[in-house]
Amino acid sequence: MEQLKTIGRELAMGSQGGFGQSKEFLDLVKSIGETNSKAEEDRIVLHEVESLKRRIAEPEIHKGKLKEYIILLVYIEMLGHDASFGYIHAVKMTHDENLLMKRTGYLAVTLFLNEDHDLIILIVNTIQKDLKSDNYLVVCAALNAVCKLINEETVPAVLPQVVELLRHPKEAVRKKAVMALHRFYQRSSSSVIHLVSNFRKMLCDNDPGVMGAALCPLFDLITIDVNSYKDLVISFVNILKQVAERRLPKSYDYHQMPAPFIQIKLLKILAVLGNGDKQASEHMYTVVGDTMRKCDSTSNVGNAVLYECICCVSSLHPNPKLLESAADAISKFLKISPEIAEKHQLAVIDCFEDPDDTLKRKTFELLYKMTKSSNVEVIVDRMIDYMISTNDNHYKTEIASRCVELAEQFAPSNQWFIQTMNKVFEHSGDLVNIKVAHNLMRLIAEGFGEDDGTADNQLRLSAVESYLALLESLNFHAHFFNFEFQVICWVLGEYGTAHGRYSASYISGKLCDVAEAHSSDDTVKAYAVTALLKIYSFEIAAGKKLEMLPECQSLIEELSLSDSTDLQQRAYELQAVVGLDAHAIEDIMPLDASCEDIELCKLVTIRLLDFLVMLDRSGILRDIYKFLFQINKSLPLLNSYVQQALGKGAQPYIPESERSGILNVSNFRSQDHNEASTHALKFEAYERPKPSLPSRTTPVALASSTELVPLPEISYPGEVHQAVSMPSLAGTMSSELKLQLDEVQRKWGRSAYSPEPSTSNSDSHRTVNGVTHNVAGSVNSTSREISYGSRRLEVEICPEKQKLAASLFGGASKLEKRQFSSSHKVLKTNSHAVDKSHGAEVAISSETASVQTTPLQPPPDLLDLGEPILNSSAAAVDPFKQLDGLLDLSQDTSSLDSGAAGASKGPDIMSLYTDMPTSGENDSVANALSNTIDDAYIISGFSNAANRIAHGGNIISQPKHLRTGSNPKDSLEKDALVRQMGVNPSSQNPNLFRDLLG
Amino acid sequence: MIRAVIVMNDQGKPRLVKFYDYQPVEKQQELIRTIYGVLCSRAENLSNFIQADSIFGPDARLVYKTYATLYFVFIFDSSENELAMLDLVQVFVEILDKCFSNVCELDIVFNFNKVHTILDEIILGGQVLETSSSEVVKAVEEISKLDRASNGSMLVPKSISGWTSR
Repeated sequence: MEQLKTIGRELAMGSQGGFGQSKEFLDLVKSIGETNSKAEEDRIVLHEVESLKRRIAEPEIHKGKLKEYIILLVYIEMLGHDASFGYIHAVKMTHDENLLMKRTGYLAVTLFLNEDHDLIILIVNTIQKDLKSDNYLVVCAALNAVCKLINEETVPAVLPQVVELLRHPKEAVRKKAVMALHRFYQRSSSSVIHLVSNFRKMLCDNDPGVMGAALCPLFDLITIDVNSYKDLVISFVNILKQVAERRLPKSYDYHQMPAPFIQIKLLKILAVLGNGDKQASEHMYTVVGDTMRKCDSTSNVGNAVLYECICCVSSLHPNPKLLESAADAISKFLKISPEIAEKHQLAVIDCFEDPDDTLKRKTFELLYKMTKSSNVEVIVDRMIDYMISTNDNHYKTEIASRCVELAEQFAPSNQWFIQTMNKVFEHSGDLVNIKVAHNLMRLIAEGFGEDDGTADNQLRLSAVESYLALLESLNFHAHFFNFEFQVICWVLGEYGTAHGRYSASYISGKLCDVAEAHSSDDTVKAYAVTALLKIYSFEIAAGKKLEMLPECQSLIEELSLSDSTDLQQRAYELQAVVGLDAHAIEDIMPLDASCEDIELCKLVTIRLLDFLVMLDRSGILRDIYKFLFQINKSLPLLNSYVQQALGKGAQPYIPESERSGILNVSNFRSQDHNEASTHALKFEAYERPKPSLPSRTTPVALASSTELVPLPEISYPGEVHQAVSMPSLAGTMSSELKLQLDEVQRKWGRSAYSPEPSTSNSDSHRTVNGVTHNVAGSVNSTSREISYGSRRLEVEICPEKQKLAASLFGGASKLEKRQFSSSHKVLKTNSHAVDKSHGAEVAISSETASVQTTPLQPPPDLLDLGEPILNSSAAAVDPFKQLDGLLDLSQDTSSLDSGAAGASKGPDIMSLYTDMPTSGENDSVANALSNTIDDAYIISGFSNAANRIAHGGNIISQPKHLRTGSNPKDSLEKDALVRQMGVNPSSQNPNLFRDLLG
Repeated sequence: MIRAVIVMNDQGKPRLVKFYDYQPVEKQQELIRTIYGVLCSRAENLSNFIQADSIFGPDARLVYKTYATLYFVFIFDSSENELAMLDLVQVFVEILDKCFSNVCELDIVFNFNKVHTILDEIILGGQVLETSSSEVVKAVEEISKLDRASNGSMLVPKSISGWTSR
């Protein structure tokens, strides 16, 4: 079989012709091929050598045979055996008239001999003669030999002929002559130095092959002496331009690149010519830039040209634009691993000391992206240092928010996190986006998401401790800012007593100190009072006897007479809660807190009722009544309270149409609140964009009605875990949410939409339309603000850059995981929601879940005000359609519920909530009550509860984020794999060369 | 410049050896053996470029490409672009493929003198002479046409011999 194959090959080769082989040669190759050992091969070859010696010396040998013998000799020598006995025969063969014999002879001598061999002298004469031959193939063969065999001494003998051949009509001869001359120049530059101008001439040859050949000697010459060839810059630039513009014959195209080898040679020459020469470089910028742009980086040869371009750019007189594009090109075909980047970390760190601000900022940009849990401490420290030193407020803000972001993501410990945040607040102060403070509070509330909650408790404890310590060191008052106090008050209020380490009186004393120290700042005072309220209600709920410190008492009294209605409100609330008996609070705040949402409603209601009693004739009563009415339907147990309240002299419900007088009061009041409250309580509302609309739209309205705000916060830390069931939006979705909300806004706008969402809060109690618009508008603004932080990351890193960053610093898996975790969250929350027995909550959860799972649904037809079914329908329904349906539904239901139709338009969202879990048993009572209640408070009141829920919803998202945020090991492994694959391009072309398989 | 072109099979048997600066036969064999040793022990995931200073002395680079059972090895110095050399290997093999219509190892073994002719059209005296495969193929075909003619008669055709004798 093997033999047949070989014979087939032989026949095939015969047909290819021209280089026919003898039987002897084939036999030799075959027998050598069949040997198994070097020794056997040697034996065969030696035997062959002996027989050749004998036969080649025979007189009257046939010329054809002699040629075969010479080829055999060449083959034998290639195998490493001495064939010197046949050299003379090869030399003799070059004298032959027969072209084939001559060529074979030349081939043999070029392979056998070196230029100093004794036999050369015998060839020179032949070469001289052949160079003059009319047959260009003979000339070519001679030139081949010249290139190999002519030494310094023999150059003069052939030089005239070779120079003459530069003008030979055949381009094949011309280019070989160029090469021969080049060879002479290499061998003995002195003898041809007067002829180098010929290379310049050859550069202008019509044939691209000759021109390309001329580039080789010119490159050598220019490398040796740049200055005498500066005049050629324009020529080279023009040639390169023509090549790049595909002006050469198609046959020079290689892998869709026009004459890449010539381009490379030209670029090499330009690099030498332009090095350190501004004038010359300026001629080249355009063409080099063009060449670089045209490189096809998908093919190997394209990369070869690109590489040469980059080398060229780096050696030219620097041109910023060109250097930039070269750097871009490098980044395109380099796969950088984190290990390599880490080597340069020190250099990066050195950049901090650089006086140049731009450099520093760029460095921070880099570090920000390089941050991992292992280096976060160093990097954030550096950032804070810089933040302290810089005067640029804008940049300070950015650095601060980045510090916060990194700290949230990679914090190695709770203490470190809180300390870092304190530092950020201390030094950037009011420049920090308020959301940073909110985030901190949220993080403390949510903890790091450990399942057992121990870590969270520790976090909170350490927060409480650190803040108490801060309060101890009184000096900080000078340079701490409002945000910080807000956070301190909030944390102390929420968790100050939770661990039992500090007594309520101790904490409340501290809070009073804070409030006093900031007597001019209503916001801080508001926070302080709210915190006090929380502490007291915890105390009461825990069944402890409440001992109000005298300074607290005086503070509250002072505040209740404050100019700010907000503060007044809070003070009254506090008093109301304190006045509540322990049983009531215990009843409404069970420690197991399994259904805290409804409990919250109860609490709100109860406390409202107490207000009713207390603030009997106040203008806000109507609002509270109305709110109670809404809540009541779901809370039969409140009936008694309502009755009780009525019994105590509360006014019955007055339909809206009949109470225009009172309205003025409430208008005035709520406007008044606005100013203070925007600062005071936003932190609840501005959590994160949440598409579960009812629960997320309402919180915003909260800001306008601070009266009710603090109440829902009264929940135990433990409850937070229960609240988890509310899903939250993943960062990626916030942007989508925003986009679609824009549409919502448009749809809702027109008629009564107030142009500035942020200021529209005060309008929230006008009409149905007014309320809805406000809600939409403020959701918009909220989500915009909030999504800013989370979105920035997503937007900045477009897919391509993400990929780059991933391969740069191993971050790809991180991002993927983040997304994964968010989807995971959906599952979790869904199942959680199912567990919940509470109807309303199930509805809300499923809504939010569906929002999460279907973020990419096409925008809904907003005019299609949906059917009630939508609310309970599954994930496939578009969330915004749901919103529509929801709002629409709520209008329907509310108008049904409240017999006095026009009155209760505003609180529609509320009524939906109350309807959900419902039993409409309380209609009559409710109707009676609702007479006196105004819209705004309902929304605001409810928003607290909803907000609380939403607040809890974030808890899941945050820890997941943290846990999956850094997985350096995985990403490193991945990166290593990618590199392995990438650097090893498979270069074989099995189809083209499959026959090489034999 | 290019210092050597070597084609060898995966057994280490040389199929084509061309040094552009003279090396004695023994030295050639030693170099071939060394290169083979390097190539056959080279892991698959490594690049096609080898710094060959230890084999060829200072400033020597080696690029190789594997086609079926054959290694194509080019040795050159820093004045050449490595990636371009890699593609020159490709050009060489493409030309071989055109000249032998589906080239295989046996073609190269039995026609090594023709392979030399082809190589001489691409590289001359260590410099890249021609990179256009169609130009090279054209030149080689012209040579083999005349060779065939002269081979048939075993004499230089009348007309040509007339020119030479002039």
